[in-house]
Amino acid sequence: MNNTIDAKGLSCPQPVILTLNAIKKAKTGELIVLVDTQTSKENVSRAATAKGWKVEEVQAVNDSYKIILRKEN
Amino acid sequence: MKNLLATKRGIVGVGVTIGILASLLQLWGNPANMGICVACFVRDMTGALGLHRAAVVQYLRPEIMGFVLGSFIAAYAFKEFKSRVGSAPLVRFILGFFAMIGALIFLGCPWRAVLRLSGGDFNAIFGLFGLAVGIWIGTLFLKNGYNLGSSHKTYTSVGWIFPVIMLSFLILMFFNPIITGEAKSGVLFYSVEGPGSMHAPLFISLGIGLIIGFLAQRSRFCTMGAIRDVILFKQTHLFMGLVSMAVAAFVMNLILNQFNPGFENQPIAHTMQVWNFSGMVLAGLAFTLAGGCPGRQLFLSGEGDGDAAVFVIGMLVGAGFAHNFGLASSGAGATMAGIIALFIGLVSCLLIGFTMKESF
Repeated sequence: MNNTIDAKGLSCPQPVILTLNAIKKAKTGELIVLVDTQTSKENVSRAATAKGWKVEEVQAVNDSYKIILRKEN
Repeated sequence: MKNLLATKRGIVGVGVTIGILASLLQLWGNPANMGICVACFVRDMTGALGLHRAAVVQYLRPEIMGFVLGSFIAAYAFKEFKSRVGSAPLVRFILGFFAMIGALIFLGCPWRAVLRLSGGDFNAIFGLFGLAVGIWIGTLFLKNGYNLGSSHKTYTSVGWIFPVIMLSFLILMFFNPIITGEAKSGVLFYSVEGPGSMHAPLFISLGIGLIIGFLAQRSRFCTMGAIRDVILFKQTHLFMGLVSMAVAAFVMNLILNQFNPGFENQPIAHTMQVWNFSGMVLAGLAFTLAGGCPGRQLFLSGEGDGDAAVFVIGMLVGAGFAHNFGLASSGAGATMAGIIALFIGLVSCLLIGFTMKESF
């Protein structure tokens, strides 16, 4: 799936950069970001919200987080 | 559970707390405009261990141990402790090394740059401007795909190593306590004059270090990230924390009569503005390429990030070289050797930025 960004293991600010790049490309729709620290989870959520995306759901999977972002047309 | 300290109010509160505590540390004995300086304090620790012999800057600063252990406690309390290693440790070592060289040419890390300004030292303006330029250069690399790669999860005990080292230093200090007027106690060196001889009582330093370590781990307070996020994402979240710290320290300094505005005769500072500026360009670039200011690297080390710990060890080794090779500035100004090292550092960081990127 090309709407999934795997940012696990990446240090600050890489997860946010990857998310914002994907947001720029996608414009609207659904994005899934995988991160493995709470800090990255907060940072990605904060950055996406600032761009008008909604953090629809955050699932804790094993040792990481799956963040589902959405923006309607 | 929502992390309240990671909200806007949270980061402002943490910034204010750090500013007040830093100012109080000066009142209680730390050097002027140096309530907290991560670079200076790591340098003092290097001296206390005898890894450099600059007699005026030797003291095993408990604030640093507190930063790491406070973060360690917070990480465990909130189930965030996670041992991880493997994201280009050697590169992080080099970045820590040169960050320290740059900071010691200016005479302070970003924390102290802000505290110097809050105390009326206008030379710090050049340092802060340099810091911003260094961070800006770093963001250009970040935009072009600079990336040190992923870390991976590892054994819990790996993440314990750095906090245990800090605890060992503390134990070392208890068994080799300061003896007034003596330059050495057991294996540890203690400055009898100069900045290293100025310090708040051990338990106050340690206590404040623990509080700041705890709060900073929860809030992700970072003095480099503060400026980087404004440039890179136009995000002011962390910046609010830094500004709050500056304002709180300024107000406290006014109240405590610690505000002395001017350029000349500022404590532990020099007026060679080109090198104040350039030193912080190097430090800012190195912090940005490593993903955190020196304080943040300590907090990350406390929550299990082995790569951040390698950065700190790089700073420690950098401090050793800085004083053994005469690279660090003094009140008299920057040294020729320091200026040469500065250029070597800038070239090294630029090479790291240019060559370590993923192609899109």
